[in-house]
Amino acid sequence: MSDPTPHVVILGAGHAGGTAAALLRQYGFEGAITMVGDEPIAPYQRPPLSKAWLKGEADAESLALKPLEFYAEHGIDFRPSIRAESLNRGAKTIALSDGSSLSYDTLIIATGARAIALPIPGADLKGVMALRTAADAELLKATVGPGKQLAVVGGGYIGLEVAASGRALGAEVVVLERETRLLARVACETLSTFFKAYHEQRGVKFELGASVTGFTGQNGHVTGVTLADGRTMACDAAVVGVGAHPNEELAKDAGLDTARGIVVDLEARTSDPSIFAIGDVAHRPMPIYDRMFRMESVPNALEQAKQAACAITGRPAPKGEVPWQWSDQYDLKLQIAGYAFDVDEIIVRGDPATAKFAVFHLKGDQVQAVEAINSPPEFMMGKQLIGTRRPVSKARLADPSISMKEVAA
Amino acid sequence: MATITYIEPDGTEYVVEVKNGLSVMEGAVKNNVPGIDADCGGACACATCHVYVDEAWTEKTGKPSAMEESMLDFAEDVKPTSRLSCQIKVSDELDGLIVRTPESQH
Repeated sequence: MSDPTPHVVILGAGHAGGTAAALLRQYGFEGAITMVGDEPIAPYQRPPLSKAWLKGEADAESLALKPLEFYAEHGIDFRPSIRAESLNRGAKTIALSDGSSLSYDTLIIATGARAIALPIPGADLKGVMALRTAADAELLKATVGPGKQLAVVGGGYIGLEVAASGRALGAEVVVLERETRLLARVACETLSTFFKAYHEQRGVKFELGASVTGFTGQNGHVTGVTLADGRTMACDAAVVGVGAHPNEELAKDAGLDTARGIVVDLEARTSDPSIFAIGDVAHRPMPIYDRMFRMESVPNALEQAKQAACAITGRPAPKGEVPWQWSDQYDLKLQIAGYAFDVDEIIVRGDPATAKFAVFHLKGDQVQAVEAINSPPEFMMGKQLIGTRRPVSKARLADPSISMKEVAA
Repeated sequence: MATITYIEPDGTEYVVEVKNGLSVMEGAVKNNVPGIDADCGGACACATCHVYVDEAWTEKTGKPSAMEESMLDFAEDVKPTSRLSCQIKVSDELDGLIVRTPESQH
């Protein structure tokens, strides 16, 4: 780098942005770092918001990625409660919501995604909420408790985690899902059926194929959810978890290539060589599937933070990863590796009735994805097989009496 | 409070103070000690916070749970002293603990 004190600006102080800042210092970057975030607090882990944090098993300190003093100690100028208004790529400046502006040599866009709001009457009532930020979670925690009624709109992972935590807190929970099965966009039918039964046994009620048309309220606070069939389900709070939209507008307006996410290469670099995009906002290549897509997961945020920090500090790029994610509900540990692209066969290993099984998604004799319930060996070995593309014997994979190490041998 | 020493494969030592109740993994991550990735933040879901506990300390850090053991089984370069550092809770008992990080977490 020709500039003796290059300035890296990071827009977004979530898991991706916070990790990129820390890694730049860990990799010996000596220039200035400014990190701007629209939330009032320093980067923290979002996954526990619907799980341990909601149940009171984690506090703000354990949620934080780093202690607040870390940023000052490492020369990272962290500016909370500020958002970027516009990006001028020619002048390499960013206009901020507090009226100031920042110049950058290198920019990292880590603005994440925002929860999609339902465009229906009553969606602005108090008690109708998303679960994306610590502030959302705090609001939910204050509302949900013994005897309270919680409506969850959307039977995806967030919805199911909230349902499980809601039950743990003693609330009555109903999940309203538009599709005819749970996890319709993200998991196979075996898993949908399993999760529905597991939740029902623990007192969660489901309305599948249910179209939510509005929220009713009293004194500005939600009191019920109205369905297309005319029924109203009473509730004290409603959590809406129907997906997220990438915060890509700033990049789009500045002329960067976007495609439901900011388009980047394997270094997390955008169509402008001085600008990187990482985490939920990035539309990135995934060589093992020979395609590009956008992911919303912590491992993806960490991986791309690593890619950008390596590229900026001149380190070799990290070796290609297998995407993965996890979910905790009750005593269930779900670990997912890969994505079920181009799958022609599904193999269930183990018996779902025992709450210990794995679903393998195959393309020919290669593993594309695995969903493992309380089955770490299946997850760990499945993840390796996805990465190596090594063929497996389907018969052996389907036989739980043969260990995963032997299956892969 | 416990003083914990994390040693990288090249011998670089990081000595940090870690509050009781946090995990050995959190002690590393919150102090920017390299070599412990902890992708899942401590959910025992990823096996990227693998460490070797110094032999003098293995008794005090205890034995891994069945879940931890089956995750560790698939980590790289596992030894008898291997643990997932997210599953070791820090207490006064562990003041002086020494752990070594592996070459790679992936």
